[in-house]
Amino acid sequence: MRATAALSLPVTEIRKDFPNLQAEIRGKPLAYLDNAATTFKPTSVLAAMDDYYQKTCSNVHRGVHFLTEEATAQFEASREKVKNFLNARAPEEIIFTRGATDSINTVVQSYGRKFLKPGDEIIISHMEHHSNIVPWQMLCEEKGCVLRVIPINDQGEILYEEFEKLLNPKTRFVSVVYVSNSLGTINPVKRIIEAAHRLKASVLIDAAQAVNHLKVDVQELDCDFLVFSGHKLYGPTGIGVLYGKRELLENMPPAQGGGDMISAVTFEKTTYNALPYKFEAGTPPIAQVIGLGAAVDYVQGIGLERIAEYEKELLDYGTKALSAISDLRMIGTASDKAAILSFVLPHVHAHDVGTLVDEEGIAIRTGHHCTMPLMQRFGVPATCRASLAFYNTPQELDRLVVAIGKAKEVFS
Amino acid sequence: MNTDNAEGRTELYQEVILEHNRKPRNFKKLENPTHFAEGYNPICGDHVLVYLKVDDQNTIEDISFEGSGCAISKASSSMMTTALKGKSLPQATMLFDQFHKLVKGELKPDRDPHSLGSLGIFSGIWQYPSRIKCAILGWHAVKGALDKVQTVSTE
Repeated sequence: MRATAALSLPVTEIRKDFPNLQAEIRGKPLAYLDNAATTFKPTSVLAAMDDYYQKTCSNVHRGVHFLTEEATAQFEASREKVKNFLNARAPEEIIFTRGATDSINTVVQSYGRKFLKPGDEIIISHMEHHSNIVPWQMLCEEKGCVLRVIPINDQGEILYEEFEKLLNPKTRFVSVVYVSNSLGTINPVKRIIEAAHRLKASVLIDAAQAVNHLKVDVQELDCDFLVFSGHKLYGPTGIGVLYGKRELLENMPPAQGGGDMISAVTFEKTTYNALPYKFEAGTPPIAQVIGLGAAVDYVQGIGLERIAEYEKELLDYGTKALSAISDLRMIGTASDKAAILSFVLPHVHAHDVGTLVDEEGIAIRTGHHCTMPLMQRFGVPATCRASLAFYNTPQELDRLVVAIGKAKEVFS
Repeated sequence: MNTDNAEGRTELYQEVILEHNRKPRNFKKLENPTHFAEGYNPICGDHVLVYLKVDDQNTIEDISFEGSGCAISKASSSMMTTALKGKSLPQATMLFDQFHKLVKGELKPDRDPHSLGSLGIFSGIWQYPSRIKCAILGWHAVKGALDKVQTVSTE
């Protein structure tokens, strides 16, 4: 790919769908390269949410009036869209949560507290987000389980053989990230799932950074649980998804009690509602669920294969351009990567780089990206991270390279 | 002299700050300190250790710092050590309060009376809200050390 070459996606047209991309920041056109933190939302998502608030606003699963039936239909249509998006077997396997973090915590609080016992081992990887570390640590403290960590190599790849060595009859749960938010590494989750299943351990896949970059098929992966957040998939904040195999979800107790998750309540005994409502206590984020449905429609309208292809071109272009900067050290050079570029400069702290490129209208993330153990592994306090979406362009990456050059000059 | 950028914000990376970042003053471990604390800024990953020697007259006889961090935290800690050396504890507390107000934009050096001297260079940092914690980290560590709190965080 060259900056002037024809692109495999009609990016100029696509960019018109995202009002945020038209912004000027500090007098310069915005280059938004912080998509792993959150993605922008297309107008179709905003319109779907607006429509709900302006036309069909009412609560779902309650009453018999026209609007509640209409809102419920839209709400459940979103569940069907997510089901198809992940290729789940049934909409009952799709549970709406507040986000990926909430989804993981639901599994920990429900499955973990019921089925895991003292001495049971839980395996995570060295590149997990804090949201896939801390809930398990809390469970280990409460239940006396043991947390094991799969090591990684200097490229930021899971050492698969080490994972196999960690597996033993005490292994009851494996929870790993599909695509690393800090490194971009795409992990061999299918192999991991197969190996864990041989020992009858359950597997959760954190797909928060995967669903926006590559086609995810839960039946093909055969994972037991999979989680993601709507706002990293061009949808609204405050909405996430927990996919779970029906037979597992059926046997799990609800993580929260309240309205909607019951079928009958007396002061002596409550009978829980059927799936998926058993796990959706209280009024759900209705507008956000509808917005997520629109986001799934939008992404599928372009097609994840085409998105992955274009983002790979961008990633290769960006990797080459950044690697040409003298002294710049890429953090995360796995052979299989999504469009995330993490790097450090030896003489300029990541936060200083972040402030200086911001002066040029370029938004990148700087810090530990909620992966402090991973930063320690690479011996850095923080990295700069440019995380790309299908609406980004090679020209924006060129601007980043120029801005980094300026930052280096300031500190020369 | 403050220089302004295109938006009229005070430039963050002025020469004095860059120079202190390059050659931080009192950047070492102090043997046998009377006071010590560790400061941590989880946003940046900045980490600072401060050492003080306070004599019988409650004067800061010596002060130093170590650690790793962004240019703002390093320069601020460096300039703090030169400002605090030889000061009495009440004077140090007063400077802490003034610096705290300065970085939050509540104290304007050209309007309000102060004893900050060259520390006034940080007056524009309130325009960079995410960086205020970088500038104040070393100061919080000193306050923690004097209050006998071993670990402080700006989070």
